[in-house]
Amino acid sequence: MQIKESSTLYDVIIVGSGAGGGMSTKILADSGLKVAVVEAGPFFDPKDPELMTQLKWPWESPRRGAGTVRPFGDFDSAYGGWDIAGEPYTNKGDSNFRWFRSRMLGGRTNHWGRISLRFGPRDFKRKNEDGLGDNWPIGYGDVKPYYDKVDKLIGVFGTNEGLPNDPDGFFLPPPKPRLHELFYIRGARKSNIPVYPSRLSILTKMINEDRGICFYCAQCSRACMVYADFSSETCLIFPAQKNGGQIDLFLNAMVREVTTNEEGKATGVSYINKEDRKEYKLKGKVVVLAASACSSARILLNSKSAQHPNGLGNSSDIVGKYLHDSTGASRAAFIPDLMNRKVSYNEDGVGGMHIYSPWWGDNKKLDFPRGYHIEVWGGMGMPNYGFGFNPNEFNKFFGTKVGGYGNGLKDDVKKYYGAVLGFGGRGESIAMKDNYCEIDPTKVDEFGIPVLRFNYKWSDHERKQVRHMQDTFEELVHNMGGEALGEKPTKEQDYGMSPPGWIIHEVGTTRMGKNPKTSVVNEFQQLHDTDNVFIVDAGPFVSQADKNPTWTILALSWRTSDYIIEQLKQQNI
Amino acid sequence: MDRRNSIKSIILGSVAGGLAVHGCKPEAEAKAEDTQTLEGYSYQYGRTPKEKERITELEAEQFFNEHELATIAVLSDLILPPNDKFGSATEAGVQDFIEFMAKDIPEMQITLRGGLMWLDHRSNSQFGTEFKSASEDRQMQLLDTIAYPDILVAETERTLEIQFFSLMRNLVVTGYYTSKIGIKDLGYKGNTPNVWDGVPKDVLEQHGVAYEKEWLAKCIDQSKRGVIAEWDENGKLLT
Repeated sequence: MQIKESSTLYDVIIVGSGAGGGMSTKILADSGLKVAVVEAGPFFDPKDPELMTQLKWPWESPRRGAGTVRPFGDFDSAYGGWDIAGEPYTNKGDSNFRWFRSRMLGGRTNHWGRISLRFGPRDFKRKNEDGLGDNWPIGYGDVKPYYDKVDKLIGVFGTNEGLPNDPDGFFLPPPKPRLHELFYIRGARKSNIPVYPSRLSILTKMINEDRGICFYCAQCSRACMVYADFSSETCLIFPAQKNGGQIDLFLNAMVREVTTNEEGKATGVSYINKEDRKEYKLKGKVVVLAASACSSARILLNSKSAQHPNGLGNSSDIVGKYLHDSTGASRAAFIPDLMNRKVSYNEDGVGGMHIYSPWWGDNKKLDFPRGYHIEVWGGMGMPNYGFGFNPNEFNKFFGTKVGGYGNGLKDDVKKYYGAVLGFGGRGESIAMKDNYCEIDPTKVDEFGIPVLRFNYKWSDHERKQVRHMQDTFEELVHNMGGEALGEKPTKEQDYGMSPPGWIIHEVGTTRMGKNPKTSVVNEFQQLHDTDNVFIVDAGPFVSQADKNPTWTILALSWRTSDYIIEQLKQQNI
Repeated sequence: MDRRNSIKSIILGSVAGGLAVHGCKPEAEAKAEDTQTLEGYSYQYGRTPKEKERITELEAEQFFNEHELATIAVLSDLILPPNDKFGSATEAGVQDFIEFMAKDIPEMQITLRGGLMWLDHRSNSQFGTEFKSASEDRQMQLLDTIAYPDILVAETERTLEIQFFSLMRNLVVTGYYTSKIGIKDLGYKGNTPNVWDGVPKDVLEQHGVAYEKEWLAKCIDQSKRGVIAEWDENGKLLT
């Protein structure tokens, strides 16, 4: 088959349009460079009525929002999930890594939780404390100016608390806590667990004329029609286009590999157009990979040539290694003091928690390394598929009959509406060389591209941390006078720890370092092996912190984009 | 911008459009393809072309027969009968929802269908008539034997007829409360543009909690939400 080659020579080709790719697009296009953005999914704009799920009622879906097709429910905005037809991946042995992909303009930023936490100074240098993993080659001071700029450009609410490892920033004021959150605050304080206003990239206040202000529908996961939360396309790509940027957007274009020349330098990318199923080539002076940690590793490993026989950027054999996701566990509770609520008011609030607990522990007194933060949910939310299942199960706590039928059921539903509160723990795992993705030579996807095979196992570091989460959750439930729901997960059940990939914070596959033998990119996220290829997703993360990765992806992508502009000016690449 | 104007602007969305350049096709052409009409498809909630096809396929199938649907209707209204303010489960359309879900999640099919057969079998043997035609007293007499599970027995260990009733009740209750009538009945006030400014005082008092002054001082002053944010160099908000 003849590969169709475009005659345009781009300054930069960006693969992927999520957080990292969007930020690169914005910074590089704003500087006047000619940019191609190659995205594997279709166009998406949450304000297009044809694509909108926000402010829809449950009955507008024949499955009332059930997660049969979209894993986070029918109204969630992600086009994709852990399993995508025609795009398989495999696991080695009893490894059970689960890989979430979102195929659409803006990628996973359209449905994410908007939890926007900076890494702190200690997060970049954890090896200094516990000897595990590696330190980053850069520190908080290198990233801080970019975090500051991201705060101001995109907007994040939160508060300056002067905490040592949860840095201050340029915050919009947070919303007031909801009722169940006041219960959480009271309960957490009894155990000396700190609680602060959460930090979410949602506009509680105007930041510019192009974006709307939050109207408190609690539906950030559906993507916002007035652009009041952060999605890559609404906050970065569209503004860059509006700004007159030279941006060609290639949609439904699945990148197969980075092409290279005889000197081993990148010349562009080849991709499969999903619409005509043919292969095309784009030419660029610089290639920026932002396809997500695992997708970018896959592209590098599939980019084999005489100059790069082990895959591009992989002379170290480190591409794909050190894959790590956040640890995760959860528990829910029934809180009798939250029964019989007045439904006199709209309690939706923002899409996510108004309060949270950053990590508070002292690992010297604990049997596990690193920490976790606690996320809280609850309240009188909009009914969806699953609402009212086992409507009076909580009768068992009062010794009254469970089950039945008739008008009494309605009274039970109302009595218990809003009386459940849940916790999620999200923690830092240790990056390990033995946890990796690689190419499975026996399988391709429907575009003929070799797929990834995962090998990932949790260690006792993570198990002990999650055990601590579960103990903490029980203590909190007790403090709130509640009843924990379900059985506490046992040791045999790994304390209810989520399988790797489940928390969708996978990072580390193209890690950053000074030594080309033990890392893939340098401190500007430039391949050690090929100086005109950069990676701006979470692949370069050396360690992941117990913070959600997006804010750091954005800050590092901006920093790398500034570096690319400078290097192009100096004709170094 | 005052509050009313700012709410107006968020609803109208005075936002600059995304100037989409489509690499492979002009955007208008690509979009026309996405939005071409599918016969019999009437939903409007942001489906992809494949998802629309899936819904159309499921709706073209019929899973329950007429007798089964009539039995489901009788059962649904026993589970959630009308009261003086709100209609019954069938008035809220739960039977159509259950028909759809049985196809959407086929794992439920045998439990549902088998359970309906159990009801008829029992009713025939005890009362000499199908369940749907039995008197309400007799219907309830039968339901009483399966509607109150022993909660000490794990769900999957319970007899089929008990599992069936729990599943049916779950579908009826969730179908009702996700319908227009059900949401009104529940009293849910959200899913509409709003300016959240905290829990009302009477609610705080009812549940014995209060806001702390220091905490409230950190929170958004909603009268200034439309004022563009500016900070000093230390991150202190000036506006």
